[in-house]
Amino acid sequence: MTIRNVLEETIPRPVLWPVSYDSASEFWEGAKRHELIFQKCKECGKWLHLPRPMCPACNSTEIEWVQSSGKGSVFSHVTYHQSADPAYKAPYAVVLVELEEGMRLVSNMTDCLPIEIEIGMPVEVVFDDIAEDLTLPRFKKVG
Amino acid sequence: MTQIISDKTAIAGIGLVGFSADSGKSELRLACECIQQALDDAGLSVRDVDGLIHETADSSDEYNVISAMGIENLNYFSESRWGSGASCAFVMHAAAAVATGVANTVVCYRAVNGASGRRFAGPTNQGPFGYSSYTLTLSQLAFYPPFGLATQDGWVAMTIKRYMHEFGVSEDAFGSISVVCRENAARNPNALYTDQPITIQDYQSSEFVVEPLRTLDICSSVDGAVAMIVTSAERARQLKQKPAHILAAAQGSAADGELLSSFNRPSLSGLAEMNYMGRDLFQMAQVSRKDIDVVQLDDSYAPFVPMQLEELGFCDRGDGASFCANGDRIGMAGELPLNTSGGSLGEGNMFGMNHIAEAVRQIRGTSASQVKNANLVLVASGAGGPASGLILRG
Repeated sequence: MTIRNVLEETIPRPVLWPVSYDSASEFWEGAKRHELIFQKCKECGKWLHLPRPMCPACNSTEIEWVQSSGKGSVFSHVTYHQSADPAYKAPYAVVLVELEEGMRLVSNMTDCLPIEIEIGMPVEVVFDDIAEDLTLPRFKKVG
Repeated sequence: MTQIISDKTAIAGIGLVGFSADSGKSELRLACECIQQALDDAGLSVRDVDGLIHETADSSDEYNVISAMGIENLNYFSESRWGSGASCAFVMHAAAAVATGVANTVVCYRAVNGASGRRFAGPTNQGPFGYSSYTLTLSQLAFYPPFGLATQDGWVAMTIKRYMHEFGVSEDAFGSISVVCRENAARNPNALYTDQPITIQDYQSSEFVVEPLRTLDICSSVDGAVAMIVTSAERARQLKQKPAHILAAAQGSAADGELLSSFNRPSLSGLAEMNYMGRDLFQMAQVSRKDIDVVQLDDSYAPFVPMQLEELGFCDRGDGASFCANGDRIGMAGELPLNTSGGSLGEGNMFGMNHIAEAVRQIRGTSASQVKNANLVLVASGAGGPASGLILRG
Protein backbone atom coordinates (compact mmCIF):
# COMPACT_ATOMS: atom_id res chain seq x y z
CA MET A 1 0.00 0.00 0.00
CA THR A 2 1.43 3.39 -0.96
CA ILE A 3 1.47 6.36 1.38
CA ARG A 4 -1.18 8.00 -0.79
CA ASN A 5 -3.51 5.05 -0.31
CA VAL A 6 -2.89 4.99 3.42
CA LEU A 7 -3.74 8.67 3.65
CA GLU A 8 -6.89 8.25 1.64
CA GLU A 9 -7.85 5.49 4.02
CA THR A 10 -7.05 7.46 7.15
CA ILE A 11 -8.51 10.89 6.40
CA PRO A 12 -12.08 10.80 7.65
CA ARG A 13 -14.71 11.08 4.96
CA PRO A 14 -17.53 12.85 6.73
CA VAL A 15 -20.93 11.39 7.05
CA LEU A 16 -21.64 13.79 9.88
CA TRP A 17 -22.58 16.95 8.03
CA PRO A 18 -22.13 20.20 9.94
CA VAL A 19 -25.31 21.45 11.51
CA SER A 20 -26.19 25.01 10.58
CA TYR A 21 -26.98 27.30 13.45
CA ASP A 22 -27.19 31.06 13.66
CA SER A 23 -24.27 32.36 11.69
CA ALA A 24 -22.18 29.18 11.51
CA SER A 25 -23.36 28.62 7.94
CA GLU A 26 -21.27 31.64 6.86
CA PHE A 27 -18.15 29.66 7.73
CA TRP A 28 -19.17 26.77 5.46
CA GLU A 29 -20.26 29.10 2.66
CA GLY A 30 -16.78 30.66 2.85
CA ALA A 31 -15.13 27.24 2.70
CA LYS A 32 -17.11 26.45 -0.46
CA ARG A 33 -15.53 29.57 -2.01
CA HIS A 34 -12.13 28.34 -0.68
CA GLU A 35 -11.97 31.12 1.87
CA LEU A 36 -11.27 30.44 5.54
CA ILE A 37 -13.40 33.09 7.22
CA PHE A 38 -14.14 33.87 10.86
CA GLN A 39 -16.11 36.42 12.77
CA LYS A 40 -14.26 39.57 13.84
CA CYS A 41 -15.53 42.38 16.05
CA LYS A 42 -15.72 45.67 14.15
CA GLU A 43 -15.46 47.63 17.40
CA CYS A 44 -12.47 46.07 19.17
CA GLY A 45 -10.96 43.84 16.50
CA LYS A 46 -11.23 40.58 18.44
CA TRP A 47 -11.40 37.41 16.31
CA LEU A 48 -14.25 35.13 17.39
CA HIS A 49 -14.52 31.40 17.11
CA LEU A 50 -16.98 29.74 17.63
CA PRO A 51 -19.52 32.08 15.99
CA ARG A 52 -21.72 34.16 18.30
CA PRO A 53 -24.05 37.15 18.11
CA MET A 54 -22.04 39.44 20.42
CA CYS A 55 -18.38 40.19 21.03
CA PRO A 56 -17.54 38.87 24.53
CA ALA A 57 -14.69 41.38 24.89
CA CYS A 58 -16.64 44.62 24.28
CA ASN A 59 -20.28 43.48 23.92
CA SER A 60 -20.62 44.98 20.49
CA THR A 61 -23.02 43.33 18.05
CA GLU A 62 -21.14 44.85 15.10
CA ILE A 63 -19.49 41.70 13.83
CA GLU A 64 -18.13 40.98 10.35
CA TRP A 65 -16.71 37.93 8.58
CA VAL A 66 -13.02 38.30 7.70
CA GLN A 67 -10.60 35.98 5.93
CA SER A 68 -7.85 34.33 7.97
CA SER A 69 -4.35 33.85 6.58
CA GLY A 70 -4.99 30.12 6.88
CA LYS A 71 -1.55 29.69 8.45
CA GLY A 72 -0.95 28.33 11.91
CA SER A 73 0.42 25.42 13.88
CA VAL A 74 -0.82 22.22 15.47
CA PHE A 75 -1.94 23.03 19.04
CA SER A 76 -3.10 19.51 19.95
CA HIS A 77 -4.05 16.28 18.22
CA VAL A 78 -5.66 12.92 18.86
CA THR A 79 -5.84 9.58 17.08
CA TYR A 80 -9.04 7.59 17.01
CA HIS A 81 -8.13 3.90 17.33
CA GLN A 82 -11.73 2.85 17.58
CA SER A 83 -14.08 4.37 15.09
CA ALA A 84 -16.85 6.61 16.39
CA ASP A 85 -18.99 5.81 13.37
CA PRO A 86 -18.73 3.16 10.63
CA ALA A 87 -17.95 5.88 8.08
CA TYR A 88 -14.73 6.80 9.84
CA LYS A 89 -12.03 4.22 9.41
CA ALA A 90 -9.71 3.97 12.42
CA PRO A 91 -6.96 4.79 12.96
CA TYR A 92 -7.39 8.41 11.94
CA ALA A 93 -6.13 11.67 13.41
CA VAL A 94 -7.89 14.91 14.29
CA VAL A 95 -5.87 18.08 14.83
CA LEU A 96 -6.60 21.31 16.66
CA VAL A 97 -4.92 24.05 14.65
CA GLU A 98 -4.10 27.40 16.23
CA LEU A 99 -4.24 29.99 13.48
CA GLU A 100 -1.93 33.02 13.38
CA GLU A 101 -4.86 35.18 14.44
CA GLY A 102 -5.38 33.06 17.58
CA MET A 103 -8.51 31.06 16.77
CA ARG A 104 -8.33 27.29 17.15
CA LEU A 105 -10.00 25.11 14.55
CA VAL A 106 -10.70 21.36 14.64
CA SER A 107 -9.56 19.74 11.39
CA ASN A 108 -7.46 16.99 9.77
CA MET A 109 -4.05 16.82 8.12
CA THR A 110 -4.04 15.86 4.45
CA ASP A 111 -0.39 14.98 3.98
CA CYS A 112 0.82 13.11 7.02
CA LEU A 113 -0.01 9.96 8.93
CA PRO A 114 -1.27 10.14 12.52
CA ILE A 115 2.16 9.13 13.84
CA GLU A 116 3.86 12.02 11.99
CA ILE A 117 1.76 14.77 13.58
CA GLU A 118 3.49 16.85 16.25
CA ILE A 119 2.38 19.74 18.42
CA GLY A 120 3.91 22.96 17.14
CA MET A 121 4.15 21.77 13.55
CA PRO A 122 3.55 24.70 11.12
CA VAL A 123 0.57 24.12 8.83
CA GLU A 124 -1.58 25.90 6.28
CA VAL A 125 -5.10 25.43 5.05
CA VAL A 126 -6.10 23.43 1.97
CA PHE A 127 -9.68 23.11 0.79
CA ASP A 128 -11.10 19.65 0.34
CA ASP A 129 -14.22 19.67 -1.83
CA ILE A 130 -15.74 16.49 -0.57
CA ALA A 131 -19.22 17.01 -2.01
CA GLU A 132 -21.05 19.53 -4.14
CA ASP A 133 -22.39 21.28 -1.08
CA LEU A 134 -19.55 20.72 1.38
CA THR A 135 -15.92 21.82 1.42
CA LEU A 136 -13.78 21.04 4.45
CA PRO A 137 -10.87 23.29 5.40
CA ARG A 138 -8.06 20.83 6.10
CA PHE A 139 -4.34 21.41 6.59
CA LYS A 140 -0.95 20.51 5.12
CA LYS A 141 2.56 20.80 6.49
CA VAL A 142 4.56 23.95 5.72
CA GLY A 143 8.28 23.87 4.97
CA MET B 1 -19.24 34.89 48.95
CA THR B 2 -22.14 34.49 51.28
CA GLN B 3 -21.73 32.36 54.37
CA ILE B 4 -25.48 32.03 54.82
CA ILE B 5 -25.68 28.34 53.89
CA SER B 6 -22.39 27.22 55.45
CA ASP B 7 -22.95 24.56 58.12
CA LYS B 8 -26.70 25.26 58.37
CA THR B 9 -27.75 22.09 56.58
CA ALA B 10 -26.75 18.45 56.35
CA ILE B 11 -27.17 15.31 54.29
CA ALA B 12 -29.31 13.15 56.57
CA GLY B 13 -29.95 10.14 54.37
CA ILE B 14 -28.56 8.36 51.33
CA GLY B 15 -30.08 5.74 49.05
CA LEU B 16 -28.34 3.77 46.36
CA VAL B 17 -29.48 1.13 43.90
CA GLY B 18 -26.18 -0.55 43.13
CA PHE B 19 -24.48 -0.44 39.82
CA SER B 20 -24.78 -2.98 37.04
CA ALA B 21 -24.71 -3.36 33.28
CA ASP B 22 -28.44 -3.99 33.22
CA SER B 23 -30.76 -3.06 36.07
CA GLY B 24 -33.78 -4.73 34.49
CA LYS B 25 -35.87 -1.86 35.89
CA SER B 26 -37.22 1.40 34.51
CA GLU B 27 -35.42 4.61 35.42
CA LEU B 28 -38.53 5.79 37.29
CA ARG B 29 -38.57 2.62 39.36
CA LEU B 30 -34.87 3.09 40.15
CA ALA B 31 -35.62 6.68 41.19
CA CYS B 32 -38.46 5.67 43.51
CA GLU B 33 -36.46 2.82 45.06
CA CYS B 34 -33.43 4.92 45.84
CA ILE B 35 -35.50 7.82 47.20
CA GLN B 36 -37.36 5.39 49.46
CA GLN B 37 -34.04 3.95 50.63
CA ALA B 38 -32.69 7.43 51.40
CA LEU B 39 -35.81 8.26 53.42
CA ASP B 40 -35.59 4.96 55.35
CA ASP B 41 -31.90 5.63 55.95
CA ALA B 42 -32.71 9.03 57.47
CA GLY B 43 -35.71 7.78 59.42
CA LEU B 44 -38.13 9.91 57.40
CA SER B 45 -41.17 9.09 55.30
CA VAL B 46 -42.52 10.19 51.92
CA ARG B 47 -44.86 12.56 53.78
CA ASP B 48 -41.86 14.56 55.01
CA VAL B 49 -40.61 15.38 51.51
CA ASP B 50 -41.33 18.96 50.44
CA GLY B 51 -38.57 19.47 47.87
CA LEU B 52 -37.22 17.57 44.86
CA ILE B 53 -34.29 18.36 42.60
CA HIS B 54 -33.11 16.38 39.60
CA GLU B 55 -30.94 16.54 36.48
CA THR B 56 -32.45 18.34 33.52
CA ALA B 57 -31.86 15.50 31.05
CA ASP B 58 -33.07 12.62 33.24
CA SER B 59 -36.32 10.87 32.41
CA SER B 60 -37.75 10.79 35.96
CA ASP B 61 -38.82 14.35 36.63
CA GLU B 62 -40.56 15.60 39.77
CA TYR B 63 -44.04 14.99 38.36
CA ASN B 64 -43.24 11.36 37.56
CA VAL B 65 -41.86 10.89 41.05
CA ILE B 66 -44.63 12.62 43.00
CA SER B 67 -47.23 10.62 41.12
CA ALA B 68 -45.44 7.33 41.70
CA MET B 69 -44.62 7.96 45.38
CA GLY B 70 -47.77 9.80 46.43
CA ILE B 71 -46.21 13.10 47.40
CA GLU B 72 -49.08 15.58 47.87
CA ASN B 73 -47.37 18.95 47.70
CA LEU B 74 -43.86 20.29 47.10
CA ASN B 75 -42.72 23.70 48.32
CA TYR B 76 -39.63 23.52 46.17
CA PHE B 77 -38.81 21.71 42.94
CA SER B 78 -35.95 22.47 40.64
CA GLU B 79 -33.36 21.01 38.36
CA SER B 80 -29.71 21.41 37.58
CA ARG B 81 -27.92 20.66 34.30
CA TRP B 82 -24.59 19.62 32.81
CA GLY B 83 -24.25 15.95 33.62
CA SER B 84 -21.77 15.31 36.41
CA GLY B 85 -21.47 19.06 36.91
CA ALA B 86 -25.00 18.95 38.28
CA SER B 87 -24.41 16.57 41.17
CA CYS B 88 -22.92 18.73 43.90
CA ALA B 89 -25.04 21.59 42.52
CA PHE B 90 -28.19 19.67 43.52
CA VAL B 91 -26.95 19.66 47.10
CA MET B 92 -26.00 23.33 46.93
CA HIS B 93 -29.45 24.29 45.66
CA ALA B 94 -31.12 22.07 48.25
CA ALA B 95 -28.98 23.54 51.03
CA ALA B 96 -29.88 27.06 49.90
CA ALA B 97 -33.58 26.19 49.88
CA VAL B 98 -33.41 24.69 53.38
CA ALA B 99 -31.15 27.38 54.86
CA THR B 100 -33.51 30.12 53.67
CA GLY B 101 -36.64 28.33 54.87
CA VAL B 102 -38.13 27.64 51.45
CA ALA B 103 -38.21 23.90 52.16
CA ASN B 104 -37.46 21.50 55.01
CA THR B 105 -36.68 18.16 53.40
CA VAL B 106 -35.25 18.21 49.89
CA VAL B 107 -34.48 15.04 47.95
CA CYS B 108 -31.71 15.12 45.33
CA TYR B 109 -31.72 12.16 42.95
CA ARG B 110 -30.45 10.67 39.72
CA ALA B 111 -31.66 7.39 38.26
CA VAL B 112 -30.13 6.35 34.97
CA ASN B 113 -29.90 3.20 32.86
CA GLY B 114 -26.64 4.47 31.40
CA ALA B 115 -25.43 1.05 30.28
CA SER B 116 -28.55 -0.76 29.10
CA GLY B 117 -30.42 2.34 27.95
CA ARG B 118 -29.44 5.78 26.81
CA ARG B 119 -25.73 6.61 27.00
CA PHE B 120 -24.73 10.18 27.59
CA ALA B 121 -21.10 9.88 26.55
CA GLY B 122 -21.34 8.67 22.98
CA PRO B 123 -23.45 8.33 19.91
CA THR B 124 -27.06 7.55 20.64
CA ASN B 125 -30.12 7.12 18.53
CA GLN B 126 -31.53 10.45 19.58
CA GLY B 127 -31.05 13.84 18.04
CA PRO B 128 -29.56 14.82 14.70
CA PHE B 129 -27.00 12.48 13.11
CA GLY B 130 -27.59 9.85 15.72
CA TYR B 131 -26.22 12.08 18.46
CA SER B 132 -28.00 13.08 21.60
CA SER B 133 -29.07 16.65 21.17
CA TYR B 134 -28.64 17.05 24.90
CA THR B 135 -24.99 16.06 25.09
CA LEU B 136 -23.87 18.03 22.04
CA THR B 137 -24.25 21.76 21.72
CA LEU B 138 -24.95 23.24 18.31
CA SER B 139 -21.38 24.43 17.95
CA GLN B 140 -20.14 20.94 18.72
CA LEU B 141 -22.43 19.57 16.01
CA ALA B 142 -21.36 22.24 13.53
CA PHE B 143 -17.59 22.22 13.79
CA TYR B 144 -16.28 18.89 15.13
CA PRO B 145 -18.14 15.86 13.66
CA PRO B 146 -17.24 16.59 9.99
CA PHE B 147 -13.59 16.01 10.89
CA GLY B 148 -14.30 12.82 12.81
CA LEU B 149 -14.08 14.41 16.28
CA ALA B 150 -17.44 12.93 17.03
CA THR B 151 -17.36 11.72 20.65
CA GLN B 152 -16.79 13.05 24.15
CA ASP B 153 -13.77 10.75 24.42
CA GLY B 154 -12.24 12.59 21.47
CA TRP B 155 -12.82 16.04 22.93
CA VAL B 156 -11.33 15.04 26.25
CA ALA B 157 -8.34 13.38 24.53
CA MET B 158 -7.63 16.68 22.74
CA THR B 159 -7.40 18.47 26.08
CA ILE B 160 -5.35 15.72 27.73
CA LYS B 161 -2.83 15.63 24.85
CA ARG B 162 -2.19 19.34 25.29
CA TYR B 163 -1.91 18.94 29.08
CA MET B 164 0.66 16.15 28.64
CA HIS B 165 2.62 18.25 26.16
CA GLU B 166 2.75 21.37 28.32
CA PHE B 167 3.81 19.60 31.49
CA GLY B 168 5.89 16.77 30.03
CA VAL B 169 3.54 14.08 31.34
CA SER B 170 4.26 10.57 30.07
CA GLU B 171 1.80 8.17 28.42
CA ASP B 172 1.45 5.90 31.44
CA ALA B 173 1.29 8.62 34.09
CA PHE B 174 -2.45 8.24 34.65
CA GLY B 175 -2.43 4.48 35.22
CA SER B 176 -2.08 4.68 39.00
CA ILE B 177 -5.40 6.54 39.21
CA SER B 178 -7.30 3.71 37.55
CA VAL B 179 -5.45 1.17 39.70
CA VAL B 180 -6.35 2.99 42.94
CA CYS B 181 -10.01 3.41 41.93
CA ARG B 182 -10.31 -0.26 40.97
CA GLU B 183 -8.66 -1.33 44.26
CA ASN B 184 -11.26 0.66 46.17
CA ALA B 185 -14.08 -0.63 43.98
CA ALA B 186 -12.93 -4.20 44.60
CA ARG B 187 -13.90 -3.80 48.29
CA ASN B 188 -17.25 -2.16 47.50
CA PRO B 189 -20.15 -4.64 47.18
CA ASN B 190 -22.24 -2.12 45.19
CA ALA B 191 -19.58 -1.46 42.57
CA LEU B 192 -19.63 -2.52 38.95
CA TYR B 193 -16.14 -3.94 39.50
CA THR B 194 -16.48 -5.58 42.93
CA ASP B 195 -13.56 -8.00 43.45
CA GLN B 196 -11.98 -7.01 40.13
CA PRO B 197 -8.82 -5.01 40.84
CA ILE B 198 -6.38 -4.23 38.02
CA THR B 199 -2.61 -3.88 37.88
CA ILE B 200 -0.53 -1.19 36.24
CA GLN B 201 0.34 -3.79 33.57
CA ASP B 202 -3.37 -4.20 32.81
CA TYR B 203 -3.55 -0.45 32.33
CA GLN B 204 -0.48 -0.30 30.12
CA SER B 205 -1.77 -3.08 27.90
CA SER B 206 -5.30 -1.70 27.61
CA GLU B 207 -6.16 -0.42 24.15
CA PHE B 208 -6.22 3.16 23.02
CA VAL B 209 -9.74 4.40 22.39
CA VAL B 210 -8.74 7.88 21.29
CA GLU B 211 -5.01 8.30 21.82
CA PRO B 212 -3.79 9.37 24.36
CA LEU B 213 -6.84 7.93 26.21
CA ARG B 214 -6.88 4.19 26.91
CA THR B 215 -9.87 2.00 27.73
CA LEU B 216 -8.86 2.02 31.39
CA ASP B 217 -8.69 5.83 31.49
CA ILE B 218 -12.42 6.05 30.77
CA CYS B 219 -15.24 5.35 33.22
CA SER B 220 -17.84 2.67 32.64
CA SER B 221 -21.47 3.51 31.99
CA VAL B 222 -23.77 1.75 34.44
CA ASP B 223 -27.40 1.35 35.40
CA GLY B 224 -28.23 2.56 38.88
CA ALA B 225 -29.54 5.33 41.07
CA VAL B 226 -28.50 7.52 44.00
CA ALA B 227 -30.60 9.80 46.19
CA MET B 228 -29.82 11.96 49.18
CA ILE B 229 -31.87 13.90 51.71
CA VAL B 230 -30.90 17.46 52.62
CA THR B 231 -32.44 19.01 55.71
CA SER B 232 -31.43 21.51 58.39
CA ALA B 233 -28.39 20.62 60.51
CA GLU B 234 -30.48 20.96 63.65
CA ARG B 235 -33.12 18.50 62.41
CA ALA B 236 -30.51 16.12 60.99
CA ARG B 237 -29.00 15.74 64.44
CA GLN B 238 -32.34 14.36 65.69
CA LEU B 239 -32.64 11.80 62.89
CA LYS B 240 -31.28 8.25 62.56
CA GLN B 241 -27.83 8.85 61.10
CA LYS B 242 -24.79 10.90 61.96
CA PRO B 243 -25.27 14.06 59.85
CA ALA B 244 -22.86 15.01 57.08
CA HIS B 245 -22.87 18.79 57.53
CA ILE B 246 -22.70 20.84 54.33
CA LEU B 247 -19.84 23.10 55.31
CA ALA B 248 -19.49 24.51 51.81
CA ALA B 249 -21.16 24.12 48.43
CA ALA B 250 -20.35 25.91 45.20
CA GLN B 251 -20.75 25.93 41.44
CA GLY B 252 -18.25 27.19 38.87
CA SER B 253 -18.44 28.34 35.27
CA ALA B 254 -15.94 30.09 33.01
CA ALA B 255 -15.94 32.08 29.78
CA ASP B 256 -15.68 30.50 26.34
CA GLY B 257 -16.84 27.23 27.78
CA GLU B 258 -18.35 24.12 26.26
CA LEU B 259 -19.00 20.78 27.89
CA LEU B 260 -15.60 19.04 27.50
CA SER B 261 -14.50 20.96 24.40
CA SER B 262 -13.47 24.47 25.44
CA PHE B 263 -10.80 24.55 22.73
CA ASN B 264 -10.75 28.32 22.31
CA ARG B 265 -9.80 29.26 25.84
CA PRO B 266 -6.34 30.77 26.34
CA SER B 267 -5.29 27.59 28.20
CA LEU B 268 -6.36 24.10 27.20
CA SER B 269 -4.37 22.46 29.99
CA GLY B 270 -6.58 23.33 32.94
CA LEU B 271 -10.15 23.17 34.25
CA ALA B 272 -11.11 26.82 34.69
CA GLU B 273 -14.56 26.10 36.14
CA MET B 274 -13.04 23.82 38.76
CA ASN B 275 -10.62 26.55 39.76
CA TYR B 276 -13.37 29.10 40.41
CA MET B 277 -15.50 26.50 42.17
CA GLY B 278 -12.63 25.39 44.42
CA ARG B 279 -11.74 28.96 45.38
CA ASP B 280 -15.32 29.62 46.49
CA LEU B 281 -15.56 26.27 48.25
CA PHE B 282 -12.52 26.82 50.47
CA GLN B 283 -13.48 30.41 51.13
CA MET B 284 -16.89 29.32 52.35
CA ALA B 285 -15.59 26.39 54.39
CA GLN B 286 -12.80 28.38 56.05
CA VAL B 287 -10.55 25.32 56.10
CA SER B 288 -7.23 24.68 54.38
CA ARG B 289 -6.30 22.00 51.86
CA LYS B 290 -4.31 20.19 54.55
CA ASP B 291 -7.46 19.80 56.65
CA ILE B 292 -9.20 17.66 54.00
CA ASP B 293 -9.15 13.97 55.00
CA VAL B 294 -10.54 12.34 51.83
CA VAL B 295 -11.37 13.55 48.30
CA GLN B 296 -13.99 12.24 45.89
CA LEU B 297 -13.01 13.74 42.54
CA ASP B 298 -14.50 13.49 39.06
CA ASP B 299 -12.80 10.47 37.50
CA SER B 300 -15.04 10.11 34.46
CA TYR B 301 -11.64 10.33 32.74
CA ALA B 302 -8.61 9.41 34.87
CA PRO B 303 -6.43 12.29 33.60
CA PHE B 304 -8.97 14.77 35.00
CA VAL B 305 -7.85 13.76 38.51
CA PRO B 306 -4.38 15.39 38.42
CA MET B 307 -5.88 18.44 36.72
CA GLN B 308 -8.42 18.75 39.55
CA LEU B 309 -5.75 18.37 42.22
CA GLU B 310 -4.01 21.34 40.60
CA GLU B 311 -7.10 23.49 40.16
CA LEU B 312 -8.35 22.79 43.69
CA GLY B 313 -4.97 23.76 45.12
CA PHE B 314 -3.78 20.39 46.44
CA CYS B 315 -0.59 20.72 44.37
CA ASP B 316 1.10 23.16 42.00
CA ARG B 317 0.14 23.47 38.34
CA GLY B 318 1.73 20.69 36.35
CA ASP B 319 2.46 18.57 39.44
CA GLY B 320 -0.82 16.62 39.46
CA ALA B 321 0.52 13.62 37.59
CA SER B 322 3.53 13.23 39.87
CA PHE B 323 1.19 13.65 42.89
CA CYS B 324 -0.73 10.60 41.61
CA ALA B 325 2.34 8.58 40.56
CA ASN B 326 2.50 5.06 42.05
CA GLY B 327 -0.74 5.76 43.90
CA ASP B 328 1.13 6.21 47.18
CA ARG B 329 -0.36 9.59 48.06
CA ILE B 330 -3.88 8.94 46.72
CA GLY B 331 -4.23 5.34 47.94
CA MET B 332 -5.84 4.28 51.22
CA ALA B 333 -2.57 4.73 53.14
CA GLY B 334 -1.76 8.04 51.48
CA GLU B 335 -2.14 11.61 52.65
CA LEU B 336 -5.16 12.23 50.41
CA PRO B 337 -7.16 9.04 49.77
CA LEU B 338 -9.07 9.32 46.48
CA ASN B 339 -12.48 7.98 45.43
CA THR B 340 -12.81 5.44 48.20
CA SER B 341 -15.91 3.77 46.72
CA GLY B 342 -14.10 3.25 43.43
CA GLY B 343 -15.44 6.37 41.76
CA SER B 344 -16.67 6.42 38.19
CA LEU B 345 -13.75 4.25 37.06
CA GLY B 346 -14.49 1.45 39.51
CA GLU B 347 -17.89 1.82 41.15
CA GLY B 348 -19.52 3.06 37.95
CA ASN B 349 -20.41 6.35 36.33
CA MET B 350 -23.34 7.77 38.27
CA PHE B 351 -22.13 11.27 37.41
CA GLY B 352 -20.68 12.04 40.83
CA MET B 353 -23.83 11.22 42.80
CA ASN B 354 -22.06 8.07 44.00
CA HIS B 355 -19.09 10.23 45.04
CA ILE B 356 -21.36 12.31 47.31
CA ALA B 357 -22.92 9.17 48.83
CA GLU B 358 -19.42 7.86 49.54
CA ALA B 359 -18.41 11.16 51.15
CA VAL B 360 -21.37 10.75 53.51
CA ARG B 361 -20.33 7.16 54.33
CA GLN B 362 -16.80 8.32 55.11
CA ILE B 363 -18.18 10.83 57.60
CA ARG B 364 -20.41 8.18 59.16
CA GLY B 365 -17.52 5.72 59.30
CA THR B 366 -19.34 3.12 57.23
CA SER B 367 -17.33 2.97 53.99
CA ALA B 368 -16.01 -0.34 52.67
CA SER B 369 -12.71 1.56 52.37
CA GLN B 370 -12.93 3.63 55.53
CA VAL B 371 -10.37 6.35 56.17
CA LYS B 372 -9.72 6.51 59.91
CA ASN B 373 -11.36 9.50 61.62
CA ALA B 374 -12.48 11.06 58.34
CA ASN B 375 -14.09 14.36 59.27
CA LEU B 376 -13.69 16.67 56.27
CA VAL B 377 -14.45 15.30 52.81
CA LEU B 378 -14.25 17.23 49.56
CA VAL B 379 -16.35 16.23 46.55
CA ALA B 380 -15.85 17.72 43.08
CA SER B 381 -17.99 17.01 40.07
CA GLY B 382 -18.08 18.24 36.49
CA ALA B 383 -14.45 18.21 35.34
CA GLY B 384 -14.07 19.73 31.89
CA GLY B 385 -17.29 21.69 32.01
CA PRO B 386 -19.62 23.45 34.42
CA ALA B 387 -18.44 22.27 37.85
CA SER B 388 -19.79 21.93 41.35
CA GLY B 389 -18.37 20.86 44.67
CA LEU B 390 -18.96 20.22 48.35
CA ILE B 391 -17.01 20.13 51.56
CA LEU B 392 -18.81 17.91 54.05
CA ARG B 393 -18.01 17.81 57.79
CA GLY B 394 -18.79 15.23 60.43
